[in-house]
Amino acid sequence: MMDILLNAAPRWALLHAPVLLVMMPLFLAPVLALVPNGRIAWLVSIFATAASLFFALILLGQVQASPVGVVSYDIGNWPMPIGIVFRVDALNAMILLLVSAVGVLATIFSWPTVVAEINKQKHALFYSAFLVCFAGLCGVAITGDAFNLFVFLEISSISTYVLVALGAGRDRRALPAAFNYLIMGTIGASFYIIGVGFLYAATGTLNIADIASQLPSLAGNRSVEAGFAFIVIGLGLKAAMWPLHSWLPNAYSYSPSFVTMFLSATATKVALYALIRFLFTVFRPEFAFEQASFTFILMPLGLAAMISCSFQAVFQTDVRRTLAYSSVAQVGYMILGVSIGSIAGLSAGLFHLLNHAMIKGALFMAVGGVVLTYQGTTIRDFAGLGRSAPWTMTGFAIAALSLIGVPLTAGFQSKLQLGYALFEQGMWWAVALVVFSSFLAVIYMGRILEAIFFQAPINPRKFRKEAPILILVPLWVLALANIYFGINTEFPLGLARDAAAAAFGLEAFR
Amino acid sequence: MLEFILDRGNYWAIIGLMMIGLYISFASGNLIKRLVGVSIFQTSICLFYVTLGKVTGGTAPILFGPDVEGGHGGGHGAEETHAALDAVLTAASSSERYADLANTYSNPLPHVLMLTAIVVGVATLSVGLALIVRIREAYGTIESDEVRAIDMETAIAQEAEQEKAEREALA
Amino acid sequence: MKSDHHVILRVVTKTLIPIIFLYALYVQFHGDSGPGGGFQAGVIVAVAVILYALIFGVPAAMRAIPPVFTRSLAAVGVLLYAGVGFWALLQGGQYLEYQALFQEEPGGHHGQHVGIILIELGVLFGVSGAMLTIFYAFAGRVAEIRDEDW
Repeated sequence: MMDILLNAAPRWALLHAPVLLVMMPLFLAPVLALVPNGRIAWLVSIFATAASLFFALILLGQVQASPVGVVSYDIGNWPMPIGIVFRVDALNAMILLLVSAVGVLATIFSWPTVVAEINKQKHALFYSAFLVCFAGLCGVAITGDAFNLFVFLEISSISTYVLVALGAGRDRRALPAAFNYLIMGTIGASFYIIGVGFLYAATGTLNIADIASQLPSLAGNRSVEAGFAFIVIGLGLKAAMWPLHSWLPNAYSYSPSFVTMFLSATATKVALYALIRFLFTVFRPEFAFEQASFTFILMPLGLAAMISCSFQAVFQTDVRRTLAYSSVAQVGYMILGVSIGSIAGLSAGLFHLLNHAMIKGALFMAVGGVVLTYQGTTIRDFAGLGRSAPWTMTGFAIAALSLIGVPLTAGFQSKLQLGYALFEQGMWWAVALVVFSSFLAVIYMGRILEAIFFQAPINPRKFRKEAPILILVPLWVLALANIYFGINTEFPLGLARDAAAAAFGLEAFR
Repeated sequence: MLEFILDRGNYWAIIGLMMIGLYISFASGNLIKRLVGVSIFQTSICLFYVTLGKVTGGTAPILFGPDVEGGHGGGHGAEETHAALDAVLTAASSSERYADLANTYSNPLPHVLMLTAIVVGVATLSVGLALIVRIREAYGTIESDEVRAIDMETAIAQEAEQEKAEREALA
Repeated sequence: MKSDHHVILRVVTKTLIPIIFLYALYVQFHGDSGPGGGFQAGVIVAVAVILYALIFGVPAAMRAIPPVFTRSLAAVGVLLYAGVGFWALLQGGQYLEYQALFQEEPGGHHGQHVGIILIELGVLFGVSGAMLTIFYAFAGRVAEIRDEDW
């Protein structure tokens, strides 16, 4: 299938795919700021994200076809250590595909919710901010320069703060949530840039590949180790690694539905990608200090996130908050996979990253549909919706089962992979904790599902009211993807394995 | 020991500023003060990078004197400037790149990076201030404790209202 | 107007603003061969307008340079910057490769000069537009405390 795409694509697209992937949305964002009409802005956003998806597919094909597994692009034709390069290997390609695919679905989904939740004059500006955020996330995932990564990270974050704050039209608590997110996010990015400064002081370069090649000769260098600590904390903050996640539940609960849906599926994932890139490509798991931090910091934190945030999710009364805490718990699974430090563990973590994006995307889309038609997000508001909005709620239920990890769903497959990787290292107790955390997921998702399908509605709704078709289509695409990839794991698991191998600097073994 | 401390004066100042900024941004209840703390934190990072870029005895990184053959460099169309720049940029290795320079220059790269970081900081600051303006309009206060208290009160009131409505619906 | 004690400020400002603009242009066009450039120049331009707003009032400044204009200016600046990149692509070079703008041989510097001047111009528009938009957004709000009550 990739061959057909690569043969059909025009030559300029093949040559300049990396830069066009980022620059198309970034170029269209200021255009949207000049456009007065919201509907045109929506269509342009769909076009921009779809173009990015197209280029991401091309890049994936090129990476798989390339003998070294790397596609790189010199901005301004300045070669590597001097200029900024966009460097794509299997790991980047996977993340880019994820972000752009979710971006397209999210943009299609967005129109009804944006009309309902955002002031009419601000529609075009809203989409402009969204495109900037989208381009920033793609930029983080594609760049090969450590400082450029910071710039893209902040581009996406600053627009995210704005998008979150726009939830104030529905609930003013969005404002303090956005402000908290701003403080925490800025501190996280600042920590990252301090770490990059330490690495720059030690190596004299900012290119990620160049830093990676110089670090082995600097073993035991104190500033490298300090840089490692700063970078892990900074990116951990952005990725909502437990206990640095305090910004996330509020930001997800009060922002506009579309923003919650898009962020939950992409933003923390991209930060996690950057963390993985630094943990495995720049610093090596062979380094003693990194091995120690895996065993004594990342793994306990991952396990703690799984358990404690699942518990917190159980006690929430608001569906969006439940899902937000569950997101932090799922980040815990990914961190656990990463901290095993083996290829199998990393690929399990990345596989779960892909699946979780599909799961949470679908769940938040369904919640967005309910917010739109019934104006409520508490579990009580969901009571009896199984009868009045069966299609929306069935989509929700499929994704919820996948989140729990019921066999034949994507969520089950990634937990299976995580279990294999843990058994390989003889960590059966961690497997027990994963199972326990899944049990907690049964409780917190079960409460919601019980309310939806088995409780009588408190205020009986007289008529059936489905979510609009623009919400149902992307919702069902994701829900069916959850089932399809739960049965046939070849494509996502292959992506994750290639990506893990690329992160270790190995040739893809497929 | 004293020398050790004095030699690294910059770094002590930077660490001090960093800690002050971080402390303010966490400990203060006033939203504007928290933003000020974050700004101080970011500024300390700029100082850190600028310190990294300083080369002992180096001047501002603008080619001058014998490095620009022909003397009056800088003017538009001075081909000598181009030649000098090309020589610097196309040299194979970094040691070769700087070997034929007569003057010592500080490293310009960290300054450029910090220019970008300052822009990012300004953007963050203005978004943060805009949020504070909105919070003030929505809540009438900029103390985070009071904002939290108001949120709590409204949540409890809503809860009570909803329960009342449910009881009426049942009755 | 008899009790106008700002008359010195007004007169001095009127003479200063053109000089500030001129200095901004100097910094701007000096940028491709020496220290300076669009970022600094953009801030200086914004400063000139902000000075005008401080002395003559924000409504007067908004009449002279409307907020819609500043917002568009910021967007146009970004478009100009990115547009140079796409121009280089169309000419068969890499993104933002100035050498490719006029398809010169290595050693030619025409494209380098034109490229950097256009880029700096984009930065000038972007920075001054964004600065003024930020200023208007804050200064244009109705104050809760009147000036006399301070």
